[in-house]
Amino acid sequence: MNEALHIASPAVTTPTPLSPEATIRARVSNLDFWYSKFQALHSVSMPIHNNKVTAIIGPSGCGKSTLLRCFNRIHDLYPGARYEGAIELMPDGLNLVSRSVDPILVRLMVGMVFQKPNPFPKSIFENVASGLYVRGLRNRSEVEGRVEKALKQAAIWDEVQDRLKKPAYELSGGQQQRLCIARALAPEPKLLLLDEPTSALDPIATAKIESLIADLAHDVTVVIVTHNMGQAARISDQTAFMHMGKLIEFGETEQIFTNPTVDQTRDYITGRFG
Amino acid sequence: MSDIAIRAGDDTRRLVQVKRRQDLIFGVVGILVLFVVMGLLMTLVADLLIDGLGRISPEFLTSFPSRRAAAAGVLSAWVGTTLVMLVTAAIAIPLGVGAGLYLEEYASKNLLSDIIEVNVSNLAGVPSIIYGLLALGFFVYALDMGQTILVGGLVLSLLILPIVIVATREAVRAIPSGLRESAYGIGANRWQVMWSYILPSARPGILTGAIVGLSRAIGETAPIITIGALTYIAFLPPAPVTSTPPWINFEWLNSPFTVMPIQMFNWTSRPQAEFHVNAAATGVLLLCMTLMMNGFAIYLRYRLRRTVRT
Amino acid sequence: MTPETQISEYQALRNSAFLRRGRILAGIMQAALFSCAALSVLITGAIIWVLVTESLPFFQQVPFWDFLTDTEWTPVFTEAHYGILPLLTATFWAAGIAMAVATPLGLILSVYLSEFAKPSVREALKPILEMLAAVPTVVFGYFALLFLTPLAKQFIPGLSGFNLLVPGFVMGMMILPYVVSISEDAMRAVPMSLREGAFAIGMSRVQMAFQVVIPGAFSGVTAAYLLGFSRAVGETMVVAIAAGQNPNLTGDPREGAATITAYIVQMSLGDLPHGSLAYSTIFAAGLVLFVITLFFNLTGFFLRRKFREAY
Repeated sequence: MNEALHIASPAVTTPTPLSPEATIRARVSNLDFWYSKFQALHSVSMPIHNNKVTAIIGPSGCGKSTLLRCFNRIHDLYPGARYEGAIELMPDGLNLVSRSVDPILVRLMVGMVFQKPNPFPKSIFENVASGLYVRGLRNRSEVEGRVEKALKQAAIWDEVQDRLKKPAYELSGGQQQRLCIARALAPEPKLLLLDEPTSALDPIATAKIESLIADLAHDVTVVIVTHNMGQAARISDQTAFMHMGKLIEFGETEQIFTNPTVDQTRDYITGRFG
Repeated sequence: MSDIAIRAGDDTRRLVQVKRRQDLIFGVVGILVLFVVMGLLMTLVADLLIDGLGRISPEFLTSFPSRRAAAAGVLSAWVGTTLVMLVTAAIAIPLGVGAGLYLEEYASKNLLSDIIEVNVSNLAGVPSIIYGLLALGFFVYALDMGQTILVGGLVLSLLILPIVIVATREAVRAIPSGLRESAYGIGANRWQVMWSYILPSARPGILTGAIVGLSRAIGETAPIITIGALTYIAFLPPAPVTSTPPWINFEWLNSPFTVMPIQMFNWTSRPQAEFHVNAAATGVLLLCMTLMMNGFAIYLRYRLRRTVRT
Repeated sequence: MTPETQISEYQALRNSAFLRRGRILAGIMQAALFSCAALSVLITGAIIWVLVTESLPFFQQVPFWDFLTDTEWTPVFTEAHYGILPLLTATFWAAGIAMAVATPLGLILSVYLSEFAKPSVREALKPILEMLAAVPTVVFGYFALLFLTPLAKQFIPGLSGFNLLVPGFVMGMMILPYVVSISEDAMRAVPMSLREGAFAIGMSRVQMAFQVVIPGAFSGVTAAYLLGFSRAVGETMVVAIAAGQNPNLTGDPREGAATITAYIVQMSLGDLPHGSLAYSTIFAAGLVLFVITLFFNLTGFFLRRKFREAY
């Protein structure tokens, strides 16, 4: 038995075994990525299963965040970013990293939550509605309905329903992060990307977000990057282990954590490096 | 420190004392210089107040310039300054913010952006009188616009453009990249990110820069002299707001004008002492405007820093 | 969700009229913002174009060699001379005096602010310098002519009512805030580790400031003084008011003499028919001024950039 499962909190959810009819939401194939001259990803291939939580783990600098940030083309904001290969969004196989695909439209389909909670300097309501406004949704009652739904999905509705007009900065760090999750959920994304969403939070706020993520998988496909192996073990269905920009192993979370097939994965999980 | 000094020999102890004394002396010199600078500023303010404060009265503010010093006032000058500043702000702020935004958020590192960068930095150092010559040769004669409020506002806006650009760039640069990434992350396009997220966050910093720039423009004399703005203006430009439709009229833009610093320069360069009193009074008003504007800008920045820290 | 709706998702977004309008607006705004930035290049271009074309008649009439070597500048006299030297020497006298004031004071102040003052003290003191920078130049001119010059006359024998000394001093005080703010920035950019090293070998704070920080920030500090000098050269109102408007090739700063800027002001105040030779003299003078300040501005800019890249 490994370390990671020992520290599992009560919030643990038993990973559901991959059912044979589970569909693939996205498929990464032979993805290379460069920051200018530096190649950060080397031929990464992995599936993202529909309505499941996929965790990406690995030591810092292994490229796990880089990989995640390819999914919504946030790298395009910085000069010198270059992709090769594909991330196909199923079922139509749209290659998210293709040059001919507009990164803004990709981001409209793929929601993202960042490491540090970063609500906009606006009201709680406006924060969640911002993702709806950018796609032209202006109908007041529809916006209100979707904001409420997203806040409920993000398990923060009860805490903020009386103060939707208040600035988002008044919320605590954990609440801000759940607000950011609600903001990403409101437009009903095809994929929800979480980039170490609890690294800036205290253990209680972390536990709340973890149980929330597990629930989310009923509605949305989640890809989460985490440096916390316990977290990956607790909340994910599939796990990818990365090292030096390469995907070392991908599989069912239980298998990765109990019976990794690659030595490097075993070394990392048992804390021998990283 | 003292522990070492006690254990060390006499020479070392003396050396430590010498060093301490050096530091002390320099600290005192530094404060002295500050006092000299402050003293000079206060002397200047006091000199103006003594010379001119008694001259400031409602009549002084509501009279036109006159050949008789005692009857002269600054009505046309402060109206002119106000109108010219309106034009300056209306031109310099959007252009400066636009250029700053472009350089900071759009421009990729290439030869063109490098040229623009060197260029903006040089423009900030071009003497104001050169802008005056530009306005004289280009606006007044080449474009045949005459010596109007519009030209005055144009030349001053070009003059303060670098200040607004630099302030915008600094304000935008100070925005955490997290805000930018999350704004793009919800699928906003570049302009939406600028308009809805970057600009609102940069607003206090931009405002500070704009105020500092405008306060510099208020006090600028040389470029206005160069375009040949008359110094004796005994009438007001047409009112921007009229009692008949369409209620707004832009004829004032084409009116000749004078401004406060021109009026002050004019009175200062007369030989008669009575006019110097008028000059001092104008100087007091001018100082009040610029110091208040700068004080406000300093306050804004102070508040901004505090909110950023918390 | 059926595959059909999915396939069309990206297409639907691409075809959305709202998003298309947004893309068009974003494109228009990008072009607009670029124009704003490009305008600054146009301004420089326009400055050079105006200075060159408007001074062309002057240089067609006056041999360039005379312009540079003639020791008299009397363009409106019947026996006209067009030597820039008197204006140039007066300009450099005034700016030189300003630097003689601003350099030591600026060094002391910037070292004091960056190395000695506590952050709270520094934050309290900087507004004073900013206030000094906010005083309109015409007010400084008044102060120089009507307060400082009469005062200085009591201590300096032979000082005339218009002179280069007092306006030079006042200009020194005027550029002080600017010079201090740039050189203090440069000094504070020097890495803490260098300071720690200096203390570790037993330097006093003063020694550390002058032997480690200033050499470390040398190009940044030099840039500050070059840019300050450029400002002093281009400063107009103080010299136009207090240094007199009489072109005078002099080696004595107690005398009055017109600088380049003062000459332009003086001519602009009179009636200056467009196209006359007198009219083009101010552009010729302006061209000289522009070239001088351009040289110092660019040198200052590249020194500063080099310094920033070093740290």
